[in-house]
Amino acid sequence: MSTVLHARGLGKRYRRRWALSDCTLDIPAGRVVGLVGPNGAGKTTLLSLAAGLLRPTAGTIEVCGGRPGSGRDQLGRVGFVAQDTPAYASLTVADHLRLGDRLSRSWDSQLARDRIRRLGLPPGQRAGNLSGGQRAQLALTLAIAKRPELLILDEPVASLDPLARDAFLRDLRDTVAGQQLSVVHSSHLVSDLERVCDYLIVLVASRVQVAGEVTGLLARHRLLTAPGIDPAALPAGLHAVSVRHSGPQDTAVVRCDAPAGPGSVPAGPGALSPVGLEDLVLAYMSQSAPALEVAR
Amino acid sequence: MIWLTWRQFRTQAAVTFGVIAVLAAVLAATGPQLAHLSAGSSNDFLSRVSSADRSLWVIASLAVLAAPALTGLFWGAPLITRELDAGTYRLAWTQTTRTRWLAAKLGLLGLAAMAAAGLLSLAVTWWARPIDAAIAVHQGILPPGLLVFPRLSPEMFAARGIVPLGYAAFFFVLGVTIGVIVRRTLPAMALLLAAFAVVQIGMTTFVRPRLIAPEQRTEVISAANLLNINVNNSITVVASEPGAWVSGQHTVNAAGQAVKTPSWVLKCPARSAAASRACYARLARLGYRQQVTFQPASRFWPLQRDETAIYLVLTIAAAGLCTWWTRRLLC
Repeated sequence: MSTVLHARGLGKRYRRRWALSDCTLDIPAGRVVGLVGPNGAGKTTLLSLAAGLLRPTAGTIEVCGGRPGSGRDQLGRVGFVAQDTPAYASLTVADHLRLGDRLSRSWDSQLARDRIRRLGLPPGQRAGNLSGGQRAQLALTLAIAKRPELLILDEPVASLDPLARDAFLRDLRDTVAGQQLSVVHSSHLVSDLERVCDYLIVLVASRVQVAGEVTGLLARHRLLTAPGIDPAALPAGLHAVSVRHSGPQDTAVVRCDAPAGPGSVPAGPGALSPVGLEDLVLAYMSQSAPALEVAR
Repeated sequence: MIWLTWRQFRTQAAVTFGVIAVLAAVLAATGPQLAHLSAGSSNDFLSRVSSADRSLWVIASLAVLAAPALTGLFWGAPLITRELDAGTYRLAWTQTTRTRWLAAKLGLLGLAAMAAAGLLSLAVTWWARPIDAAIAVHQGILPPGLLVFPRLSPEMFAARGIVPLGYAAFFFVLGVTIGVIVRRTLPAMALLLAAFAVVQIGMTTFVRPRLIAPEQRTEVISAANLLNINVNNSITVVASEPGAWVSGQHTVNAAGQAVKTPSWVLKCPARSAAASRACYARLARLGYRQQVTFQPASRFWPLQRDETAIYLVLTIAAAGLCTWWTRRLLC
């Protein structure tokens, strides 16, 4: 499996505070990867390092085979949609396309124009007068039309209303479908990622808690419901990820050694049921979180 | 990148060059009349300059003095802080390299700032030629009023000739650099204004007088050239060097040593004309002279050339610092 992003012991310190420390991670090429984690996990720092906006304090990072931000060729390989999807308020939509054309070497103006037309962005409109959703679409257009090998999206929908969020994600899914393009999309909302991603990485406090194909992850995890679950005394082949004590029944997200087809899991006390991606991610996120967070 | 820079800058450019065009039009309309007046009158030209032209002389000179500060404050300081505030640097820096991005901004706007100051200075220097020439010739016996500063004086030097280009280039790049370092627009503007004052004063006080070794002349003190007597008996005279910039003077005795004048000199100007003449004559007989250190008027252009060169070197140094800092900015 070739990797599009390769980080070893990566760390970034701001004065005294480490925003990211000792992060080791591989992101496979050709996938739509969801990067999920709580606020402060280091997602934005990691993605800014990958885009070359930041330089690592420790460790190494390689993106598309090069050092991030090392030159025009490297910048052309990586498309970046920053948090809050910034755009020049006084420039029109058409100006932004021209900007991309002038700044990027591999600009595909046909693709950019088609997207703007399809999305219904008025070319003469100033970006400052666009809605949040339209501005996000414009920022995505600027990143996509460079024809990058890797598209990085740093919580692009975080500030959008549900309708705009839905439209953006639907367009993103259609855009990346059938393209030779790797995507890393960060969010703290699993529901956003579930719709577009086929690979998931859970990042908590700079550490990868779990990474893998979404279908594989769902196949290997189950929700166990039973009274009084003891994580240390589970049936063979099951490993507790996190246990939640609530009322008479405890629930636990468990990892199965073998992909859990019907009847393939040894019978035990309680009931096993399929687990949703949201619960799975929450289980891995709460693994290292304090008790208060677990109970939430 | 030049296109983006121009697209972001064109409104500011239009406003600035529009204002300069209006001022230039006013100068072009009144200039020939002033030149005609100058050609037609002899010694009393300065007293015949209309009050409107006097005001224009002051306003136009102040405009040239202020232009480098204004372009530094309003073009330079916010140039990058604006992008930091709006977050658009993340858009720009992932589309093109920071070095190219900065080079286009510094290059295009720096040249525009120099062009603005240069055009303004050219227009004002041309328009004010008759007045400046008359002031230089008549220094010392000028009518009261504002038309007393020769173009080599500290008050006027930066408002004529080519130094405004050097000032404009340096204070623009310095504004960008301070903006990049402090990252906030208003503090950057305040710091630039302070730097503008400090650099101007420092240049006038410490650097310009030493660019070319000043000349010295010993003047006999008389009623005709005495400008004032201080209470601590130090006196000031007008050098018999039309249009010169006097950077220092002191009284020397017959042995050539720097001394205070005798206390009775205080009474020399107050007495009757004959007594006054006798008083000054006594001073001269005792060997008191005034030693004046000055730059002659003929050094205006050499000093302009040297100071402009200094500012251009400072500009390059500031641009280097700005580039270095931008490459590490928020990294």
